[in-house]
Amino acid sequence: MWDRNQMAARAAQELEDGMYVNLGIGIPTLVANYVGDKDITLQSENGMLGMGPFPTEDEIDPDLINAGKQTITELARTSYFDSATSFGMIRGGKIAAAILGAMEVAENGDLANWMIPGKLVKGMGGAMDLVAGVGRVVVVMDHTNKHGDSKVLKSCTLPLTGKAVVDRIITNLGVLDVVPGGLKIVECADGVTEDDLRNATEATIV
Amino acid sequence: MKKVYSTATEALEGLLSDGMTIAAGGFGLCGIPELLIDALVDSGVKDLTIASNNCGVDGFGLGKLLDTKQIRKMMSSYVGENAEFMRQYLSGELELEFNPQGTLAERMRAGGCGIPGFYTKTGVGTVIADGKESKEFDGQDYILERGIVADLSIVKAWKADDTGNLVFRKTARNFNPPAAMCGKVCVAEVEEIVPRGSLDPDTIHLPGIYVHRLIQGDHEKRIEQRTIREA
Repeated sequence: MWDRNQMAARAAQELEDGMYVNLGIGIPTLVANYVGDKDITLQSENGMLGMGPFPTEDEIDPDLINAGKQTITELARTSYFDSATSFGMIRGGKIAAAILGAMEVAENGDLANWMIPGKLVKGMGGAMDLVAGVGRVVVVMDHTNKHGDSKVLKSCTLPLTGKAVVDRIITNLGVLDVVPGGLKIVECADGVTEDDLRNATEATIV
Repeated sequence: MKKVYSTATEALEGLLSDGMTIAAGGFGLCGIPELLIDALVDSGVKDLTIASNNCGVDGFGLGKLLDTKQIRKMMSSYVGENAEFMRQYLSGELELEFNPQGTLAERMRAGGCGIPGFYTKTGVGTVIADGKESKEFDGQDYILERGIVADLSIVKAWKADDTGNLVFRKTARNFNPPAAMCGKVCVAEVEEIVPRGSLDPDTIHLPGIYVHRLIQGDHEKRIEQRTIREA
């Protein structure tokens, strides 16, 4: 099984030199630690390309935050723009990939990650725009929920963030691709067999 | 025509009426029109519909207008930072229309550009598409979203000249330009008003044609998530 950092490291392998990428909150944020020598430009959808690391105490600037509202820094390559321009580049397919978390993913690529009926709904933020617009959607999440039930399903039970939008799923158990007819096992995590992965997955594996 | 006013209250004089729609710039607490929000609180104007990505936090930003129950409806993409918001929403006092963030930004931009509607892939197959016209282009489904034209826009910029040309700073730009564009009247607050001619015309982010009234003032610029690394 992979831990959070190993999942992030595996997700970083999805990124290619020169890509413009949007990373979601949680494990996807850790992906930035594993890009190595690849020339990757991170987008923050509140209006920035070329997101830098968190600031030191002296560098904190209230006018410089990321989409999670955390203070950040700029880089030599950074550019700023307004929200309409930012989502123009997302909707227009200029962002090569988004790596984001999920509550549920279905075998046809449906994604649910914004709302649990009956619980407090905070909103979708930019998630619906991202999954509908970017070139490739990679989901990073635990394979099962805290009750041990599969989060990789035949069809999502929660309200969708996007329909048939996910390309690849990276979990603590391995890597799966959305293909015609279901999911295809790409890779198993350390110490996980294909049978383990099948047993933990409700979705059809082809 | 004189655009510069001395206080936020003066700048809003004659522009407010109960039940009006206001577009507000800002993302989280970054780049929000703090002074104009305070003046709205003081004015007592009520039953507001506000288009803004977020609704401030408890006791700050647009959250102040929640405390005084001046907001009837929010059009937002994310409102999770605000306990009073949730209380009013769950008790039915406050109406909420969720908009995907990019759809909200584009609805403002479009409204300001004379575009009454546009088609987008965002939200297709989700609850956001419910009740909206859908159309296929080149084999893909899109939904129709409407442009927003607000009665009033309130925005915050870094610098302005006295003709209303605006320059923003870093990620505090965010929703401010599209919000400014979609208002029938736009009032901007800035940290510094400089004499005309002292801003480089090539570096102006929002031309003064969109800005009708202007004030200068001090901003608290509260930080929502203070995150640091070790030096």
